[in-house]
Amino acid sequence: MTKPEGELTWKDINIGAIVTEPGNASQYKTGDWRSERPIFDSEKCIKCGICYIFCPEGCIGQNDEGYFEANLFYCKGCGICARECWPGAINMVPEEG
Amino acid sequence: MAKRVGIEVSLAIGEAVKLANADVVAAYPITPQTHIVEHLAELVANGELDAKYIPVESEHSAMSTCLGSSAVGARTFTATAGQGLELMHEVLYVASSMRLPMVMAVANRALSSPLSVWGDQSDVMAVRDTGWIQLFVENGQETVDNVLCAFRIGEDPRVLLPVMVHLDGFYLSHMIEPVLFPEQSQVDEFLPPFKYPLPLHPDRPVTMGAFAMPVIYSEAKKAQEVNLEAAKKVVLECWGEFGKLFGRHYSPVEHYRSDDAKVLLLTLGSFSETAMTAVDKMRGEGGEVGLVRLRLWRPFPFAEIRQAVRNAEVLIVLDKSISFGGPGGPVCSEVRSALYGEDKRPKVIGFVGGLGGRDITPAGFEEIVNKGIEISQKGSDKEFEIYGVRE
Repeated sequence: MTKPEGELTWKDINIGAIVTEPGNASQYKTGDWRSERPIFDSEKCIKCGICYIFCPEGCIGQNDEGYFEANLFYCKGCGICARECWPGAINMVPEEG
Repeated sequence: MAKRVGIEVSLAIGEAVKLANADVVAAYPITPQTHIVEHLAELVANGELDAKYIPVESEHSAMSTCLGSSAVGARTFTATAGQGLELMHEVLYVASSMRLPMVMAVANRALSSPLSVWGDQSDVMAVRDTGWIQLFVENGQETVDNVLCAFRIGEDPRVLLPVMVHLDGFYLSHMIEPVLFPEQSQVDEFLPPFKYPLPLHPDRPVTMGAFAMPVIYSEAKKAQEVNLEAAKKVVLECWGEFGKLFGRHYSPVEHYRSDDAKVLLLTLGSFSETAMTAVDKMRGEGGEVGLVRLRLWRPFPFAEIRQAVRNAEVLIVLDKSISFGGPGGPVCSEVRSALYGEDKRPKVIGFVGGLGGRDITPAGFEEIVNKGIEISQKGSDKEFEIYGVRE
């Protein structure tokens, strides 16, 4: 996308608002929807990856040390990872402001 | 040479779609439109029209199928009437908003309940704001001509919009009329192949009909409104070109003996021809009466309407539908609104008539004109009159 959506005028829109750039949904910040964020505790994490498997957004991945963490650009804060994490390594905390 | 044949207008539409060499017809039969799609099914089955005829289980599916076919760049036709048009309703917006050209003949019909398969214009008025280009025709020849024009207008790269051609159910759809069909070569010259600029194609993937957040929806709607408004120029161009090639001329607002008329009647659709007979009679008796016929319903021809009625003292508008609890008829309220800011404007008097197949004869139009003149002089405590209703 050449410009962020909020800067497009009506003249910039393709006919019928057709999207010509495949996969540009990746530019959509679903992290805006979140009211709680997951906090990952590496002391308790056993790197089993169950959070990664259950995340409906597909936004959980492993960092360099092999611990799992959520990409907060996409994480909607649904809390499924925290619910499924049986060692109790994920805690949902309210977003500030 | 073009040939003149006597043919039922519904079948003539099928022949026009064949001349336009449509690629896809998806339709569901409903009275009084059935003969149109039956004839097209025959033409396709006989191999006379090389198109895909897609029978569907409802009008909602018919319109949805047309979206898909237009989106791959296929020349698309459908037809419906009354309840069928209402069942399509939500998909009509999708077709225009996604800028997918297609032509739909609507054999205008009353809406239930009570169930009525007969003609009026209630179905049209309920889809007034769906973003389609909408034309009215009065006879068989105009129907064929404007089905051809509708393809050219809608598919023009500057337009890319769906077009409805409105013809009165039964009054016009089931009449056998003399129609001059152009030669195939003339139609091919008039109607270039349809090329959709961003079609659905695996080699060049696009997303159509994606969702829009509040940050962009208004911009999408403004673009759509500007586009529909600008389509008028192309409509005029198309009719101009058609006139040059075929010698039959169409305008957004047409006149009949209206130049020096103090009293004007405004109609749309095939009733206009009956109204002309009434105007002739009244003129013969010294009445200063004329007729204005609205052909282009969307985009609404503001300038042409203002120009057409500016010298009249009284303008009587006949609607064939009611806006319940509102100002009477949609045509009347739009015309009145278009004139509101003018310094010089006629008094606008609204009549509703011809509902659910009720005929209006030339004598009836005379009665409407006389009653309208009386109301313009004495006033009325009603927003509109229903013509011919038994009190």
